[in-house]
Amino acid sequence: MKFIAEIDVMPHKALLDPQGKAVTGSMKNLGLPEIGNVRIGKHIQLEIEAANEAAAREKVDKACKELLANPIMEGYAFTLVQG
Amino acid sequence: MSAPIRIGVVVFPGSNCDQDMVDALSVYSNVEVTKLWHKDQDLQGSQLVILPGGFSYGDYLRSGAIARFSPIMSEVISYANAGGYLFGVCNGFQILCESLLLPGALLHNSSHSFICQNVHVLPGNHSTAITRSLNPQQALKIPIAHGEGRYTTDTDSLKRLQDNEQIIFRYCSDEGILGDDFNPNGSMDHIAGVCNAQKNVFGMMPHPERAADSLLGNTDGKILIKGFLQELFGEVMEPADQSVSM
Repeated sequence: MKFIAEIDVMPHKALLDPQGKAVTGSMKNLGLPEIGNVRIGKHIQLEIEAANEAAAREKVDKACKELLANPIMEGYAFTLVQG
Repeated sequence: MSAPIRIGVVVFPGSNCDQDMVDALSVYSNVEVTKLWHKDQDLQGSQLVILPGGFSYGDYLRSGAIARFSPIMSEVISYANAGGYLFGVCNGFQILCESLLLPGALLHNSSHSFICQNVHVLPGNHSTAITRSLNPQQALKIPIAHGEGRYTTDTDSLKRLQDNEQIIFRYCSDEGILGDDFNPNGSMDHIAGVCNAQKNVFGMMPHPERAADSLLGNTDGKILIKGFLQELFGEVMEPADQSVSM
């Protein structure tokens, strides 16, 4: 079965996100000072062949843990749908 | 004449400091330097393996994350785990952290700018092969050139690094003073380089190989490299006219 994973990788909240901070600053210039605390991560989409959803979930989890996210600096979450 | 000291410099797609490193090492007549292509799986008898600076795999995903899975890295990891000497500079340091051979991670500089400038670093200890020959009070002027150099680790790991004397270099002023004003990228505890607990794997963000030729007006990097080689292998020899005072 084919599944599609939608993965979000985000910097840990405790760590400074200079990119997000710079974008937060630009919100004021855009006339939207009510927007704050912007944090910027990555969205990754991938397709995976697996016998069932549990197997697909396990493989995506391994991909996230060992390659797509660095647990020292990032957390991740994903959703899985049949493709 | 005794056998030469064999040093391997790994070349990944996107490495761009490999030749500078080869040049910095080739001045010694009893050192034989070989470039090791990332698709090779043979370290060719290297007694020291170096991962040079650059932008391996275009820094895609995260700096060093893809290089970690290059074919040669499984050999490099086995070699290091067996006690082999391994040294990573800049992107090489990032690859070593991504490979879990060194603790921590290198995040975007706190300014979010790429920084290319001379900085000063102070040896963090006197107990590793890369720092033992250096004057602990003398700041070395070494250039940095990176966008992701903000060293970060968790509180427990940082304490272990401090307690075990694994911090090899800290950013400082030209007089050797530590402080936020002299920390170019926001690194924790001003860390510019660390080694592993076994003290055979070393990584640093500054580029000593870019400060190893008097023609470039700075040989502080040469003091570091030469001292490191001599601590590991004994005397390294060079023509007298190229020598710098240690």
